Amino acid sequence: MPISINGADYPLPDDPRVSLLDLLREREGLTGTKLGCNQGACGACTVLLDGERVLSCLTLAVQAEGREVVTIEGLTGDGEELHPLQQAFIDHDGFQCGYCTPGQICSAIAMAQELRRGDPSHVTADLASGPNGPTREEIRERMSGNLCRCGAHNGIVEAIEVLLAGEAA
Amino acid sequence: MTPFAYRSAANCAEALSLGTGGDVRFLGGGTNLVDLLRQNVESAAQLVDVSRLSGSIDETDNGSLLIGASVTNSALAAHPLVRSRYPMLSRALLAGASAQIRNMATVGGNVMQRTRCVYFYDADGARCNKRQPGSGCDAIGGFNRYHAILGASQDCIATHPSDMCVALVALDALVHLDGPDGQRTMPLAGFHQLPGTHPEIETVLQPGELITAIELPPATTATTNSEYRKVRDRSSYAFALIAVAGGLEVVDGKVADVRIALGGVAAKPWRAERAEAALRGSPATRANFMAAAAEELAPAQPLDGNAFKIGLVQRTIAAVLTSLAGDQA
Repeated sequence: MPISINGADYPLPDDPRVSLLDLLREREGLTGTKLGCNQGACGACTVLLDGERVLSCLTLAVQAEGREVVTIEGLTGDGEELHPLQQAFIDHDGFQCGYCTPGQICSAIAMAQELRRGDPSHVTADLASGPNGPTREEIRERMSGNLCRCGAHNGIVEAIEVLLAGEAA
Repeated sequence: MTPFAYRSAANCAEALSLGTGGDVRFLGGGTNLVDLLRQNVESAAQLVDVSRLSGSIDETDNGSLLIGASVTNSALAAHPLVRSRYPMLSRALLAGASAQIRNMATVGGNVMQRTRCVYFYDADGARCNKRQPGSGCDAIGGFNRYHAILGASQDCIATHPSDMCVALVALDALVHLDGPDGQRTMPLAGFHQLPGTHPEIETVLQPGELITAIELPPATTATTNSEYRKVRDRSSYAFALIAVAGGLEVVDGKVADVRIALGGVAAKPWRAERAEAALRGSPATRANFMAAAAEELAPAQPLDGNAFKIGLVQRTIAAVLTSLAGDQA
Protein backbone atom coordinates (compact mmCIF):
# COMPACT_ATOMS: atom_id res chain seq x y z
CA MET A 1 0.00 0.00 0.00
CA PRO A 2 1.23 3.53 -0.73
CA ILE A 3 1.50 6.48 1.66
CA SER A 4 -1.00 9.29 1.23
CA ILE A 5 0.73 12.66 1.40
CA ASN A 6 -1.47 15.76 1.21
CA GLY A 7 -4.11 13.66 -0.54
CA ALA A 8 -1.88 12.08 -3.21
CA ASP A 9 -0.45 8.55 -3.12
CA TYR A 10 3.32 8.01 -2.98
CA PRO A 11 5.16 4.68 -3.13
CA LEU A 12 7.08 3.30 -0.16
CA PRO A 13 10.87 3.58 -0.38
CA ASP A 14 12.80 0.40 -1.15
CA ASP A 15 15.21 1.03 1.73
CA PRO A 16 13.45 0.85 5.12
CA ARG A 17 16.10 3.15 6.63
CA VAL A 18 14.54 6.16 4.87
CA SER A 19 12.78 8.37 7.41
CA LEU A 20 9.44 9.94 6.63
CA LEU A 21 11.25 13.29 6.74
CA ASP A 22 13.79 12.25 4.09
CA LEU A 23 11.05 10.76 1.94
CA LEU A 24 9.20 14.08 2.00
CA ARG A 25 12.20 16.32 1.39
CA GLU A 26 14.68 14.32 -0.65
CA ARG A 27 12.44 12.04 -2.73
CA GLU A 28 9.19 13.94 -3.16
CA GLY A 29 10.47 17.51 -3.12
CA LEU A 30 8.20 18.57 -0.25
CA THR A 31 10.81 20.76 1.42
CA GLY A 32 8.41 22.70 3.63
CA THR A 33 9.01 20.18 6.41
CA LYS A 34 12.40 20.99 7.96
CA LEU A 35 15.32 18.89 9.13
CA GLY A 36 16.50 20.24 12.47
CA CYS A 37 18.19 17.99 15.01
CA ASN A 38 17.22 14.69 13.32
CA GLN A 39 16.96 13.10 16.77
CA GLY A 40 13.63 14.14 18.23
CA ALA A 41 14.75 17.16 20.22
CA CYS A 42 13.51 20.18 18.24
CA GLY A 43 10.15 19.57 16.54
CA ALA A 44 11.10 21.23 13.22
CA CYS A 45 10.06 18.08 11.32
CA THR A 46 6.55 17.89 12.83
CA VAL A 47 3.86 16.62 10.43
CA LEU A 48 0.36 15.20 10.89
CA LEU A 49 0.02 11.41 10.64
CA ASP A 50 -3.62 10.30 10.52
CA GLY A 51 -4.39 13.73 11.94
CA GLU A 52 -2.05 13.57 14.94
CA ARG A 53 1.27 15.41 15.29
CA VAL A 54 4.41 13.28 15.09
CA LEU A 55 8.11 13.75 14.39
CA SER A 56 8.88 12.73 10.82
CA CYS A 57 12.60 12.38 11.58
CA LEU A 58 11.98 9.47 13.98
CA THR A 59 9.28 7.85 11.82
CA LEU A 60 10.47 5.32 9.28
CA ALA A 61 8.66 6.01 6.02
CA VAL A 62 7.64 2.34 5.81
CA GLN A 63 5.77 2.75 9.11
CA ALA A 64 3.47 5.24 7.38
CA GLU A 65 2.25 2.64 4.90
CA GLY A 66 -1.47 3.04 4.26
CA ARG A 67 -1.66 6.13 6.46
CA GLU A 68 -2.37 9.79 5.73
CA VAL A 69 0.38 12.37 6.05
CA VAL A 70 -0.33 16.10 5.97
CA THR A 71 2.54 18.57 5.75
CA ILE A 72 2.72 22.36 5.77
CA GLU A 73 2.13 22.26 1.99
CA GLY A 74 -1.20 20.50 2.50
CA LEU A 75 -2.82 22.75 5.11
CA THR A 76 -4.55 25.29 2.91
CA GLY A 77 -8.03 24.68 1.57
CA ASP A 78 -9.20 25.25 -2.02
CA GLY A 79 -8.61 28.83 -3.14
CA GLU A 80 -6.96 29.67 0.16
CA GLU A 81 -3.53 31.25 -0.11
CA LEU A 82 -2.65 30.84 3.55
CA HIS A 83 -4.08 28.81 6.41
CA PRO A 84 -5.50 31.19 9.06
CA LEU A 85 -2.72 30.16 11.44
CA GLN A 86 -0.07 31.01 8.83
CA GLN A 87 -1.60 34.49 8.57
CA ALA A 88 -1.68 34.76 12.36
CA PHE A 89 2.04 33.92 12.52
CA ILE A 90 2.72 36.78 10.09
CA ASP A 91 0.48 39.19 11.98
CA HIS A 92 2.04 38.44 15.36
CA ASP A 93 5.71 38.05 14.40
CA GLY A 94 5.62 34.33 15.16
CA PHE A 95 8.99 33.82 13.49
CA GLN A 96 12.27 35.45 12.53
CA CYS A 97 14.29 33.07 10.38
CA GLY A 98 11.26 30.87 9.77
CA TYR A 99 13.04 27.54 9.94
CA CYS A 100 10.96 26.13 12.81
CA THR A 101 7.70 27.63 11.50
CA PRO A 102 6.27 24.72 9.45
CA GLY A 103 6.76 22.43 12.44
CA GLN A 104 5.28 25.01 14.81
CA ILE A 105 2.19 25.43 12.64
CA CYS A 106 1.56 21.71 12.07
CA SER A 107 2.07 21.14 15.79
CA ALA A 108 -0.32 23.94 16.79
CA ILE A 109 -3.07 22.70 14.47
CA ALA A 110 -2.98 19.27 16.11
CA MET A 111 -2.71 20.89 19.54
CA ALA A 112 -5.94 22.80 18.91
CA GLN A 113 -7.66 19.50 18.20
CA GLU A 114 -6.25 17.96 21.41
CA LEU A 115 -7.63 20.91 23.38
CA ARG A 116 -11.05 20.54 21.71
CA ARG A 117 -11.03 16.86 22.71
CA GLY A 118 -10.31 17.82 26.31
CA ASP A 119 -6.99 15.93 26.49
CA PRO A 120 -5.12 16.93 29.66
CA SER A 121 -1.56 18.29 29.73
CA HIS A 122 1.17 18.49 32.35
CA VAL A 123 -0.20 21.85 33.57
CA THR A 124 -3.89 20.88 33.60
CA ALA A 125 -4.94 21.34 37.22
CA ASP A 126 -7.85 18.89 37.24
CA LEU A 127 -7.21 15.67 35.32
CA ALA A 128 -10.83 14.56 35.49
CA SER A 129 -12.39 17.69 34.01
CA GLY A 130 -9.56 18.43 31.58
CA PRO A 131 -7.99 21.70 30.44
CA ASN A 132 -9.58 24.96 31.53
CA GLY A 133 -9.52 26.47 28.04
CA PRO A 134 -6.59 27.56 25.85
CA THR A 135 -4.70 29.57 28.47
CA ARG A 136 -1.20 30.86 27.73
CA GLU A 137 0.14 28.34 30.26
CA GLU A 138 -1.58 25.46 28.46
CA ILE A 139 -0.38 26.64 25.04
CA ARG A 140 3.22 27.04 26.21
CA GLU A 141 3.31 23.58 27.80
CA ARG A 142 1.62 21.91 24.83
CA MET A 143 4.00 23.58 22.36
CA SER A 144 7.16 22.72 24.32
CA GLY A 145 8.14 20.12 21.72
CA ASN A 146 8.80 22.87 19.16
CA LEU A 147 11.89 24.94 19.79
CA CYS A 148 12.54 28.36 18.22
CA ARG A 149 16.19 29.34 18.38
CA CYS A 150 15.39 32.90 17.29
CA GLY A 151 13.28 33.29 20.41
CA ALA A 152 9.96 34.09 18.73
CA HIS A 153 8.02 32.05 21.28
CA ASN A 154 5.98 35.02 22.57
CA GLY A 155 4.76 35.79 19.05
CA ILE A 156 4.07 32.11 18.42
CA VAL A 157 1.92 31.82 21.54
CA GLU A 158 0.08 35.03 20.59
CA ALA A 159 -0.66 33.75 17.09
CA ILE A 160 -2.04 30.49 18.47
CA GLU A 161 -4.09 32.35 21.09
CA VAL A 162 -5.68 34.43 18.33
CA LEU A 163 -6.52 31.33 16.30
CA LEU A 164 -8.08 29.58 19.30
CA ALA A 165 -9.95 32.69 20.39
CA GLY A 166 -11.42 32.88 16.87
CA GLU A 167 -12.57 29.28 17.18
CA ALA A 168 -14.22 29.90 20.53
CA ALA A 169 -16.04 33.02 19.27
CA MET B 1 22.69 3.36 9.99
CA THR B 2 23.64 -0.14 8.93
CA PRO B 3 21.13 -1.79 6.57
CA PHE B 4 18.24 -3.76 8.02
CA ALA B 5 15.15 -5.55 6.75
CA TYR B 6 11.71 -4.43 7.88
CA ARG B 7 8.55 -6.44 8.42
CA SER B 8 5.28 -5.27 9.90
CA ALA B 9 3.52 -7.86 12.05
CA ALA B 10 -0.27 -8.17 11.68
CA ASN B 11 -0.70 -10.10 14.94
CA CYS B 12 1.21 -11.43 17.91
CA ALA B 13 1.80 -14.90 16.46
CA GLU B 14 3.29 -13.39 13.33
CA ALA B 15 5.46 -11.04 15.39
CA LEU B 16 6.81 -13.96 17.42
CA SER B 17 7.57 -16.05 14.35
CA LEU B 18 9.34 -13.10 12.70
CA GLY B 19 11.14 -12.31 15.95
CA THR B 20 13.05 -15.56 16.25
CA GLY B 21 16.63 -15.74 15.14
CA GLY B 22 19.46 -13.42 16.00
CA ASP B 23 19.73 -9.67 15.70
CA VAL B 24 16.00 -8.94 15.42
CA ARG B 25 14.45 -5.95 17.18
CA PHE B 26 10.78 -5.29 17.81
CA LEU B 27 9.86 -1.75 16.74
CA GLY B 28 7.18 0.29 18.49
CA GLY B 29 6.90 4.03 17.86
CA GLY B 30 10.59 4.25 17.02
CA THR B 31 11.26 7.31 19.17
CA ASN B 32 14.22 5.59 20.83
CA LEU B 33 15.18 2.67 18.58
CA VAL B 34 15.30 4.65 15.31
CA ASP B 35 17.53 7.20 17.02
CA LEU B 36 19.83 4.51 18.44
CA LEU B 37 20.13 2.87 15.01
CA ARG B 38 20.89 6.21 13.37
CA GLN B 39 23.57 7.01 15.97
CA ASN B 40 25.11 3.55 15.44
CA VAL B 41 24.64 2.77 19.11
CA GLU B 42 22.57 -0.21 18.03
CA SER B 43 22.33 -2.22 14.85
CA ALA B 44 19.88 -4.88 13.71
CA ALA B 45 19.49 -7.30 10.83
CA GLN B 46 15.72 -7.00 10.94
CA LEU B 47 13.09 -4.81 12.55
CA VAL B 48 9.70 -6.33 13.27
CA ASP B 49 7.13 -3.54 13.57
CA VAL B 50 4.71 -4.38 16.39
CA SER B 51 3.15 -0.92 16.58
CA ARG B 52 -0.04 -2.15 14.87
CA LEU B 53 -0.66 -4.89 17.45
CA SER B 54 -3.04 -4.52 20.40
CA GLY B 55 -3.73 -0.85 21.07
CA SER B 56 -6.73 -1.30 23.35
CA ILE B 57 -7.30 -0.53 27.02
CA ASP B 58 -9.82 -2.87 28.65
CA GLU B 59 -11.18 -3.27 32.14
CA THR B 60 -11.19 -6.93 33.20
CA ASP B 61 -13.88 -8.67 35.24
CA ASN B 62 -11.90 -8.27 38.47
CA GLY B 63 -11.40 -4.52 37.94
CA SER B 64 -7.86 -4.61 36.58
CA LEU B 65 -6.93 -2.51 33.58
CA LEU B 66 -5.28 -4.37 30.69
CA ILE B 67 -3.27 -2.05 28.46
CA GLY B 68 -2.12 -3.33 25.07
CA ALA B 69 1.60 -2.88 24.44
CA SER B 70 0.97 -0.72 21.37
CA VAL B 71 -1.20 1.83 23.17
CA THR B 72 0.45 5.21 22.71
CA ASN B 73 1.62 7.30 25.67
CA SER B 74 -0.92 9.98 24.64
CA ALA B 75 -3.85 7.58 24.56
CA LEU B 76 -2.95 6.08 27.94
CA ALA B 77 -2.50 9.49 29.60
CA ALA B 78 -5.87 10.70 28.30
CA HIS B 79 -7.88 7.56 29.14
CA PRO B 80 -10.74 8.39 31.53
CA LEU B 81 -10.13 5.42 33.85
CA VAL B 82 -6.41 6.17 34.10
CA ARG B 83 -7.12 9.83 34.87
CA SER B 84 -9.65 8.98 37.59
CA ARG B 85 -8.25 5.82 39.18
CA TYR B 86 -4.48 6.05 38.59
CA PRO B 87 -3.76 9.78 38.27
CA MET B 88 -0.04 9.33 39.02
CA LEU B 89 0.22 7.39 35.74
CA SER B 90 -1.44 10.11 33.66
CA ARG B 91 0.75 12.69 35.38
CA ALA B 92 3.94 10.70 34.77
CA LEU B 93 3.13 10.26 31.07
CA LEU B 94 2.23 13.92 30.62
CA ALA B 95 5.51 14.94 32.28
CA GLY B 96 7.48 12.95 29.72
CA ALA B 97 8.85 14.02 26.32
CA SER B 98 6.69 16.21 24.03
CA ALA B 99 3.19 15.84 22.58
CA GLN B 100 4.63 14.63 19.27
CA ILE B 101 6.73 11.94 20.95
CA ARG B 102 3.89 10.85 23.23
CA ASN B 103 1.73 10.37 20.12
CA MET B 104 4.34 7.99 18.69
CA ALA B 105 5.74 6.22 21.77
CA THR B 106 4.11 2.95 22.78
CA VAL B 107 3.75 1.40 26.23
CA GLY B 108 5.93 -1.58 25.30
CA GLY B 109 8.58 0.65 23.77
CA ASN B 110 8.58 2.93 26.78
CA VAL B 111 9.34 -0.04 29.05
CA MET B 112 12.16 -1.10 26.72
CA GLN B 113 13.73 2.33 26.18
CA ARG B 114 17.41 2.61 26.93
CA THR B 115 19.35 5.04 29.07
CA ARG B 116 19.98 8.62 27.97
CA CYS B 117 23.52 8.59 29.40
CA VAL B 118 25.47 10.80 26.98
CA TYR B 119 28.46 8.45 27.07
CA PHE B 120 26.23 5.54 26.03
CA TYR B 121 25.11 7.64 23.05
CA ASP B 122 28.61 8.77 22.07
CA ALA B 123 29.57 5.72 20.00
CA ASP B 124 32.59 7.44 18.43
CA GLY B 125 34.06 9.24 21.41
CA ALA B 126 33.32 7.54 24.72
CA ARG B 127 33.83 4.26 26.52
CA CYS B 128 30.67 2.55 27.74
CA ASN B 129 30.27 -0.90 29.26
CA LYS B 130 26.62 -0.98 28.33
CA ARG B 131 27.28 -0.28 24.66
CA GLN B 132 30.52 -2.24 24.45
CA PRO B 133 30.97 -4.65 27.39
CA GLY B 134 34.39 -4.44 28.99
CA SER B 135 35.37 -1.13 27.39
CA GLY B 136 35.05 0.98 30.56
CA CYS B 137 32.77 3.77 31.78
CA ASP B 138 33.49 7.41 31.01
CA ALA B 139 30.52 8.60 33.06
CA ILE B 140 32.32 7.62 36.27
CA GLY B 141 34.57 10.64 36.82
CA GLY B 142 32.84 12.44 33.94
CA PHE B 143 29.74 14.63 33.70
CA ASN B 144 27.41 12.67 35.96
CA ARG B 145 24.78 15.19 37.07
CA TYR B 146 22.07 12.93 35.63
CA HIS B 147 23.40 9.61 36.86
CA ALA B 148 22.44 7.03 39.48
CA ILE B 149 22.77 7.30 43.24
CA LEU B 150 21.18 3.92 44.07
CA GLY B 151 22.00 0.44 42.81
CA ALA B 152 24.85 1.50 40.52
CA SER B 153 28.06 -0.50 40.06
CA GLN B 154 31.70 0.09 39.25
CA ASP B 155 30.85 -0.73 35.64
CA CYS B 156 27.80 1.48 35.07
CA ILE B 157 26.03 4.42 36.69
CA ALA B 158 23.33 4.97 34.06
CA THR B 159 19.70 5.70 34.95
CA HIS B 160 16.51 4.41 33.37
CA PRO B 161 14.87 7.41 31.68
CA SER B 162 11.18 6.46 31.79
CA ASP B 163 8.59 8.48 33.73
CA MET B 164 5.79 6.03 32.91
CA CYS B 165 7.63 3.06 34.44
CA VAL B 166 8.10 4.86 37.76
CA ALA B 167 4.35 5.23 38.15
CA LEU B 168 3.71 1.68 36.91
CA VAL B 169 6.08 0.21 39.50
CA ALA B 170 4.38 2.22 42.25
CA LEU B 171 1.03 0.84 41.05
CA ASP B 172 2.26 -2.81 41.25
CA ALA B 173 1.84 -3.18 37.48
CA LEU B 174 2.33 -6.58 35.85
CA VAL B 175 3.98 -7.08 32.49
CA HIS B 176 2.58 -9.71 30.11
CA LEU B 177 5.13 -11.45 27.90
CA ASP B 178 4.85 -13.90 25.03
CA GLY B 179 7.72 -15.75 23.44
CA PRO B 180 9.17 -18.97 22.04
CA ASP B 181 8.64 -20.68 25.43
CA GLY B 182 5.08 -19.42 25.85
CA GLN B 183 3.34 -16.72 27.83
CA ARG B 184 4.26 -15.45 31.27
CA THR B 185 3.28 -12.59 33.55
CA MET B 186 5.54 -10.93 36.09
CA PRO B 187 5.70 -7.79 38.25
CA LEU B 188 7.23 -4.89 36.33
CA ALA B 189 9.30 -4.20 39.46
CA GLY B 190 11.31 -7.35 38.67
CA PHE B 191 11.63 -6.71 34.94
CA HIS B 192 14.50 -4.19 34.83
CA GLN B 193 17.89 -5.25 36.17
CA LEU B 194 20.57 -3.38 38.10
CA PRO B 195 23.89 -3.17 36.20
CA GLY B 196 26.23 -5.27 38.38
CA THR B 197 29.06 -6.54 36.22
CA HIS B 198 26.79 -6.86 33.15
CA PRO B 199 25.23 -3.46 32.42
CA GLU B 200 24.48 -4.58 28.87
CA ILE B 201 21.78 -6.87 30.33
CA GLU B 202 18.97 -4.47 31.19
CA THR B 203 15.89 -6.65 31.56
CA VAL B 204 14.85 -10.26 32.10
CA LEU B 205 13.37 -10.41 28.61
CA GLN B 206 14.50 -13.53 26.76
CA PRO B 207 15.54 -13.61 23.08
CA GLY B 208 12.45 -13.48 20.87
CA GLU B 209 10.21 -12.55 23.78
CA LEU B 210 7.71 -9.71 23.31
CA ILE B 211 5.85 -7.45 25.74
CA THR B 212 2.17 -7.85 24.88
CA ALA B 213 0.43 -5.90 27.64
CA ILE B 214 0.69 -4.10 30.96
CA GLU B 215 -1.84 -4.90 33.67
CA LEU B 216 -2.79 -2.50 36.43
CA PRO B 217 -4.30 -4.19 39.51
CA PRO B 218 -7.67 -2.84 40.69
CA ALA B 219 -7.59 0.72 41.99
CA THR B 220 -7.33 1.41 45.72
CA THR B 221 -7.43 4.60 47.77
CA ALA B 222 -3.65 4.87 47.49
CA THR B 223 -3.66 4.59 43.69
CA THR B 224 -6.49 7.09 43.32
CA ASN B 225 -5.01 9.56 45.83
CA SER B 226 -1.73 9.73 43.97
CA GLU B 227 0.55 12.10 42.11
CA TYR B 228 3.81 12.29 40.21
CA ARG B 229 6.33 15.04 40.76
CA LYS B 230 9.24 15.46 38.36
CA VAL B 231 12.21 17.77 38.98
CA ARG B 232 14.17 18.75 35.87
CA ASP B 233 16.48 21.42 34.50
CA ARG B 234 13.71 23.10 32.48
CA SER B 235 10.00 23.04 33.13
CA SER B 236 8.98 20.97 30.10
CA TYR B 237 10.43 18.55 27.54
CA ALA B 238 13.39 17.37 29.61
CA PHE B 239 14.40 14.12 31.25
CA ALA B 240 14.14 13.94 35.02
CA LEU B 241 16.88 14.84 37.43
CA ILE B 242 14.72 12.96 39.93
CA ALA B 243 11.05 12.07 40.06
CA VAL B 244 8.69 10.73 42.72
CA ALA B 245 5.50 8.76 42.19
CA GLY B 246 3.51 8.70 45.41
CA GLY B 247 0.18 7.29 46.59
CA LEU B 248 -1.26 7.54 50.08
CA GLU B 249 -4.19 6.37 52.20
CA VAL B 250 -4.50 7.88 55.66
CA VAL B 251 -6.91 6.44 58.25
CA ASP B 252 -7.29 8.05 61.67
CA GLY B 253 -4.16 10.11 61.11
CA LYS B 254 -2.04 7.07 60.34
CA VAL B 255 -0.61 5.72 57.09
CA ALA B 256 -2.84 2.81 56.04
CA ASP B 257 -1.28 2.35 52.61
CA VAL B 258 1.56 4.08 50.83
CA ARG B 259 3.23 3.75 47.42
CA ILE B 260 6.53 5.42 46.60
CA ALA B 261 8.67 4.92 43.50
CA LEU B 262 11.60 7.00 42.32
CA GLY B 263 12.87 7.96 38.88
CA GLY B 264 16.24 9.35 37.87
CA VAL B 265 18.08 7.60 40.68
CA ALA B 266 18.87 4.08 39.39
CA ALA B 267 19.09 1.80 36.35
CA LYS B 268 15.53 0.76 37.06
CA PRO B 269 12.40 2.46 38.34
CA TRP B 270 13.09 2.32 42.09
CA ARG B 271 10.36 1.17 44.44
CA ALA B 272 11.08 2.76 47.82
CA GLU B 273 10.27 -0.31 49.88
CA ARG B 274 12.26 0.78 52.94
CA ALA B 275 10.42 4.09 53.14
CA GLU B 276 7.06 2.41 52.62
CA ALA B 277 7.74 -0.14 55.38
CA ALA B 278 8.84 2.61 57.76
CA LEU B 279 5.65 4.58 57.13
CA ARG B 280 2.94 1.90 57.30
CA GLY B 281 1.03 2.36 60.54
CA SER B 282 2.92 5.54 61.46
CA PRO B 283 1.36 8.96 61.96
CA ALA B 284 1.09 10.76 58.62
CA THR B 285 3.31 13.70 59.46
CA ARG B 286 5.89 15.55 57.39
CA ALA B 287 8.56 14.65 59.97
CA ASN B 288 7.81 10.96 59.48
CA PHE B 289 7.80 11.36 55.69
CA MET B 290 11.25 12.99 55.86
CA ALA B 291 12.59 10.29 58.18
CA ALA B 292 11.30 7.49 55.96
CA ALA B 293 12.81 9.17 52.90
CA ALA B 294 16.15 9.44 54.71
CA GLU B 295 16.01 5.72 55.45
CA GLU B 296 15.43 4.94 51.78
CA LEU B 297 18.36 7.10 50.72
CA ALA B 298 20.75 5.84 53.42
CA PRO B 299 22.51 3.42 51.03
CA ALA B 300 22.87 6.13 48.34
CA GLN B 301 26.31 6.52 46.80
CA PRO B 302 26.67 9.98 45.30
CA LEU B 303 29.16 10.94 42.60
CA ASP B 304 30.96 14.24 42.01
CA GLY B 305 28.09 15.68 40.00
CA ASN B 306 24.92 14.33 41.60
CA ALA B 307 25.19 14.45 45.41
CA PHE B 308 22.41 17.07 45.34
CA LYS B 309 19.99 14.31 44.33
CA ILE B 310 19.97 12.78 47.82
CA GLY B 311 18.47 15.80 49.52
CA LEU B 312 16.30 16.59 46.52
CA VAL B 313 14.72 13.12 46.54
CA GLN B 314 14.06 13.25 50.27
CA ARG B 315 12.40 16.65 50.15
CA THR B 316 10.37 15.69 47.08
CA ILE B 317 9.10 12.49 48.72
CA ALA B 318 8.08 14.49 51.79
CA ALA B 319 6.43 17.18 49.65
CA VAL B 320 4.44 14.66 47.61
CA LEU B 321 3.23 12.72 50.66
CA THR B 322 2.40 15.89 52.58
CA SER B 323 0.36 17.09 49.63
CA LEU B 324 -1.45 13.73 49.39
CA ALA B 325 -2.14 13.69 53.15
CA GLY B 326 -3.83 17.08 52.82
CA ASP B 327 -5.56 18.10 56.03
CA GLN B 328 -5.15 14.59 57.43
CA ALA B 329 -1.44 15.20 58.06
